[in-house]
Amino acid sequence: MAATTATEKLKVRDLTIRYGDTVALNGASFEVYENEIFGVIGPANSGKTSFLRAINRMDEMTSNMHVSGEVLFNGKDVSHWRNLYALRSRIGVVFPLPVGLPMSIYENVAFAPKLRGVRGAELDEIVERCLTRAALWDEVKDRLKSLGSLLSGGQQQRLTIARALSQEPELLLLDEFSIAVDPVTTMRIEDVLKELKEEMTIILVTNLVQQARRLADRTAFFLNGEVVEVGDTAELFTRNAQDQRTTDYVEGRFG
Amino acid sequence: MLEDRIDLAWVVDRITQGVVFVGGVSAILFVIAIFVFIAQQGLGFAIFELDKGVFFTSPAWRPTSEPEPQFGALALMAGTASVTGFAMLVSVPFSLGAAIYIGEFATGRTREFLKVLVELLAAIPSVVWGFIGLTIMNPLIIEVFDVPVGLTILNAGVILGLMAAPIMTTIAEDALKAVPEGYREAAEAMGATRWQVIRQVVLPSAKNGLVAAVLLGVGRGFGETMAVLMASGHAINLPTSPFDSVRALTATIAAELGETARGSEHYKVLFSLGILLFIVTFVINLLADVLVRGRKGKRA
Repeated sequence: MAATTATEKLKVRDLTIRYGDTVALNGASFEVYENEIFGVIGPANSGKTSFLRAINRMDEMTSNMHVSGEVLFNGKDVSHWRNLYALRSRIGVVFPLPVGLPMSIYENVAFAPKLRGVRGAELDEIVERCLTRAALWDEVKDRLKSLGSLLSGGQQQRLTIARALSQEPELLLLDEFSIAVDPVTTMRIEDVLKELKEEMTIILVTNLVQQARRLADRTAFFLNGEVVEVGDTAELFTRNAQDQRTTDYVEGRFG
Repeated sequence: MLEDRIDLAWVVDRITQGVVFVGGVSAILFVIAIFVFIAQQGLGFAIFELDKGVFFTSPAWRPTSEPEPQFGALALMAGTASVTGFAMLVSVPFSLGAAIYIGEFATGRTREFLKVLVELLAAIPSVVWGFIGLTIMNPLIIEVFDVPVGLTILNAGVILGLMAAPIMTTIAEDALKAVPEGYREAAEAMGATRWQVIRQVVLPSAKNGLVAAVLLGVGRGFGETMAVLMASGHAINLPTSPFDSVRALTATIAAELGETARGSEHYKVLFSLGILLFIVTFVINLLADVLVRGRKGKRA
């Protein structure tokens, strides 16, 4: 994707995140373009998850998390949104460990559409469509009424992806989605993501360097709260990285 | 190789095991002993001599009347039920509201302060509550509602409601706290408001624990004696309004047992009341326990 002509979906300017006195992310600045998969790689504690939480203002749920700087979503700083819930409803999130809400499979996927007032046949249609897109429909179509939390780990993670899709999000945030998922399911989800980027922007935080390489159009390398480098994935992975640390990390010399 | 020798650590370990074992078993033994004692004093009478038809349907409680004492416990049961019921009416909304506020909204200092306050409330002796009913609630009810007597279901119900609130709040808050944080985050990330999250995700998944909290509150109300004795008016009566005085099962036992001859009919019928109370509270607590366990079991 030619970065210069693409529209900016998300623009981060001097984003700093602190937990008490500890700095989790220090002065990050970069852009995420529309309809791309933006990979974020880096070892543990490098600020990846904190970055995601700042986008949909989940920091407000965490007592000592403090965010400064700007996160522009469609050109508007997320902290300027008066209706936080409207902001969040446009951003889908998939957490590292699948969280099947304590309700039926159907209700899990219907949760977000119901919040915006969808009912009846339209709801059925959304549920089927989202489950199909998340490659789960065939496995669960006969037991939509059973508890979502009874599904296997891999199925639950696809359920959470279906749930995120049911929001019809403009931006999809995935936080190490494959951490509790078997390799086969991971590949299936990766295929789903490649299709989804036609419709939305995806930020993929991953600790699997090769996953970023397979999926991301551009990738950012976070290290100890610093954004070391942002660039085309191909560049980062072919020894053209501008920073030696990036090359060392993607080639597995540390992390 | 260490020598196979009995050393101090071994001895201490053995003694500790023994002490812990005695402690654990004694708790069970006491419960069984109490049950055996009550059964021994009143069960034979309750089964073979007591006229159950009269006991459960007659409101006439005249245990000392000559020549024919009457042992109708209906009014006493109605007294206990009405006071407990009224107490729940007062207590359930407040306790669940307090639990939701403490568990879901309050943070940091406010939360700790409220929790300590609620626990402090639980430490007030029941006779103090009865005293409040007698000296504060009584004139207040007479004044506000313009009734001749203030020692009524209303009075005892409010007092009992306040007494049951701490345990209900604490257990309900525990139930809310047991709901995984991930549920809240996932729902909030989808754009649900705090209230939508609480109503559609948190409360349904804490349901069993919340019901258990209410049941334990009911059990507390059923078993309470002193405060009810002091605030309810202690009059044998089938109540028709909250402004009627009533007498509770527990209060009857407390007030009359000291004046009976050991082994007399009156003495034994009081133990029958005790058995009735024992069964009811046992069933309530068992139910609550099963619900709490059910909740934990599902998660495991």
